[in-house]
Amino acid sequence: MNYNWDWGVLVREPYLEWLTSGFTWTIVVSLTAWVLAFSLGSVIGIMRTTNSNLLRRIATCYVELFRNIPLLVQMFLWYFVFPELLPQDAGMWVKRGMPMPEFTTAAICLGLYTASRVAEQVRAGINSIGQGQRNAGLAMGLTPAQVYRYVLLPVAYRIIVPPLTSEFLTIFKNSSVALTIGVLETTAQARQIEEYTFQGFEAFTAATVLYIIVTSIVMLLMRFVEGRVSIPGMISLGAK
Amino acid sequence: MFKQLCVAAAATVFLLGNAAPSMAADSPVLTRIKERGTVNMGHRESSVPFSYIGSDGKPQGYSIDLCMKFIDAIKAETGLADLKINYVPVTSQTRIALMANGTIDLECGSTTNNLTRQKQVDYLPVTFITGTKIASKKGSGITEIEDLDGKVVALSLGTTNEKAIKRVAAEKGIKLKTVMVKDHPQGWLSVETGRADAYASDHVLLYGLISKSKDPSQFQVTGRFLSYDPYGIMVPRNDSTYRRLGILTLADLMRSGEAHKIYDKWFNPGPTGINMPLSDTLKKAFEIQALPH
Repeated sequence: MNYNWDWGVLVREPYLEWLTSGFTWTIVVSLTAWVLAFSLGSVIGIMRTTNSNLLRRIATCYVELFRNIPLLVQMFLWYFVFPELLPQDAGMWVKRGMPMPEFTTAAICLGLYTASRVAEQVRAGINSIGQGQRNAGLAMGLTPAQVYRYVLLPVAYRIIVPPLTSEFLTIFKNSSVALTIGVLETTAQARQIEEYTFQGFEAFTAATVLYIIVTSIVMLLMRFVEGRVSIPGMISLGAK
Repeated sequence: MFKQLCVAAAATVFLLGNAAPSMAADSPVLTRIKERGTVNMGHRESSVPFSYIGSDGKPQGYSIDLCMKFIDAIKAETGLADLKINYVPVTSQTRIALMANGTIDLECGSTTNNLTRQKQVDYLPVTFITGTKIASKKGSGITEIEDLDGKVVALSLGTTNEKAIKRVAAEKGIKLKTVMVKDHPQGWLSVETGRADAYASDHVLLYGLISKSKDPSQFQVTGRFLSYDPYGIMVPRNDSTYRRLGILTLADLMRSGEAHKIYDKWFNPGPTGINMPLSDTLKKAFEIQALPH
């Protein structure tokens, strides 16, 4: 390969600072989006398992809409098209007035997208418990809300820890799509370093290592959580 | 004595007989083109009118036409009459890497020749000269970079323009808000939708963007040049034989006036109505670079 290697570029200023700042943005965007995705996804997922036809339909529409449009397209739509649909003043506020428009848009978009995926897992978790426990809870005189709170959800969440882990990992990797609307996260900064120094291979190697580090930490963390919350004899970790 | 003469004669015959192949043999790029029977040409998709996808779905433009002449010369040099061209789309982010790793043999786009990039790639002679300017809506009161104080400017990630604007702003103490975009169409969309007050890029590209916008009369390109950006066709480094062939081709075009004709085809007024007659600077550059044989 016809290339001049220079690994020193990674520890030279300002490139080290760029990488650090990019990594921070990756974490901030991903965690913000995850909080949104987890809470909204749980609500939507629960709605899909209720007895109300209307709630189920709304939730299904949400999931199908957000799950079936590519994330890249959603980013573009939220950033460029959504503000144009609002009244002019509100549109201008979204474009310029709100704090850090690119970051906010990216975090919300990524959060809403991932929520549809989390919702499916919550629904799968609740459905896997079966109708029997729900009926038993209702027969004991619990309200539907209490059935969810005390019977279904505690078990459902434990069951779906493994698939949720992969969603949590995916959100860190998907956060790189935010660069298309100008959030200077890890991948964007790696590109930026490449453009300033033309040492692209070194910059992207560094970005790869950073992603591996953060996903490894998440994996260890979730494994710890899984171990802590498992109920002996239940499905999750039942084989151990 | 006779013996020595014989050896000398044999050596001469040997050298002459092998002159053509040895030319290509000391050039790794020509050798690999010859082996594959294909030349891999990097091109841009929306650098109007240098290198962009035409209505027939094929790359076209000023740089593409110049590259075709170079490819004709490669054909003659390698003796491959049926040399195939493989079009490889590149972006401002991928072009250097794809050249360094050998995916493309030449890049025909709108690439500024600068000394940092020359650490990884080489260039053929300058075929266009431009610089950073600012495009904004008419009536926005923006003419120079100083007017952007407190305003929002869109910048394309990883361009020489981004560096130029940030450098000048830092020197003059101008406080800019920036919106980073990934390519020219997005930068332009930011100005059209009012997300940014201005978009900074090479002035020729700004004219190109305006000429393709919904209402070209609404927009303006203003200000002094904030950077000097000479464009050149990019070739792999460490291959002077291959590079010389390109320099020779372009020098011939510039000397014969054909470069001027190709320029007029794309810029005066050009298929998109960009209407930029050959500038005096570029005319001089053509004259200076028309090296004799």
